[in-house]
Amino acid sequence: MGKFDNHGLKAVTPLGGFEPRVDAFTGLLIREVSDCALASLAARQGDEDVLQSAAKSFLGGSLPEAAAWNEHGDFAAWWMGPDLWMVSAPHDEHELLAAALKEAVGDAGSVVEQTDGWCRLDMEGSRCFDVLERLCNANVRAGKPGDATRTSMEHLGVFLLCREPGQRYSIIGPRSSAASLHHALVTAVNAVI
Amino acid sequence: MIINHPILGPRDSQEFTYLGDAALIDRPDWQAEDAADQFHDYLYLRDNPAGAHRELWFHEQGDRSWLVVTRNTVTHEILNVELARDAARARGRSK
Repeated sequence: MGKFDNHGLKAVTPLGGFEPRVDAFTGLLIREVSDCALASLAARQGDEDVLQSAAKSFLGGSLPEAAAWNEHGDFAAWWMGPDLWMVSAPHDEHELLAAALKEAVGDAGSVVEQTDGWCRLDMEGSRCFDVLERLCNANVRAGKPGDATRTSMEHLGVFLLCREPGQRYSIIGPRSSAASLHHALVTAVNAVI
Repeated sequence: MIINHPILGPRDSQEFTYLGDAALIDRPDWQAEDAADQFHDYLYLRDNPAGAHRELWFHEQGDRSWLVVTRNTVTHEILNVELARDAARARGRSK
């Protein structure tokens, strides 16, 4: 039972469905992932080290290096830019992620709730390289697990997280353009497969 | 054209947008006696060298960092790339 059940309201995913969308192709799966809470974390000037250690105790491990992502238990984080990260956790257990993160880092960091600002599309299967190299500038064939690349697909700024090179990726783009991003992915897949 | 990003390594220039002369970092003090004159020069007067030129580029399709790129305007050779915040702090900006 979610807390909105008594209102007769039902949340929709970024692609507009009641359930996350899944598109299956030969050798490739595109799966909408909508159960993550997100919060951005920025270090304040002069407090970079304080933030790193506060985040480390909250997350259970260090924040990722530049152009990388990592996960510790429930928490995943990726590098967005200098002194700026996105933190992700399962929404059901961490709905108040931004508030908890802010309490953990105090004045050393600035935290912004990002949960409904983004959509995440996971891509799985042996044809990932062929699709991704048509979609973006990222050098995916030289990629390794743990890479987080901010790049653009179909004129949309996205984060590309590599989980397993050539096999499993997460693409996180702006929620308001979720359908456009999805269309771009499906078009690229249809050009390849 | 490839811009060698100080953090991310070589990136295609199509990921970047161009702002202009890096002298924009040296914003005048608005409380100075001659602030109006200083701001006139700051806004309207630019050097236009045929050769090495320091300019501000924004990695819009990347990590959104501002860079100071030193570019030869004759050959388009990129001579140096640094984070704009480092360049600004080195000049006493960004308190």
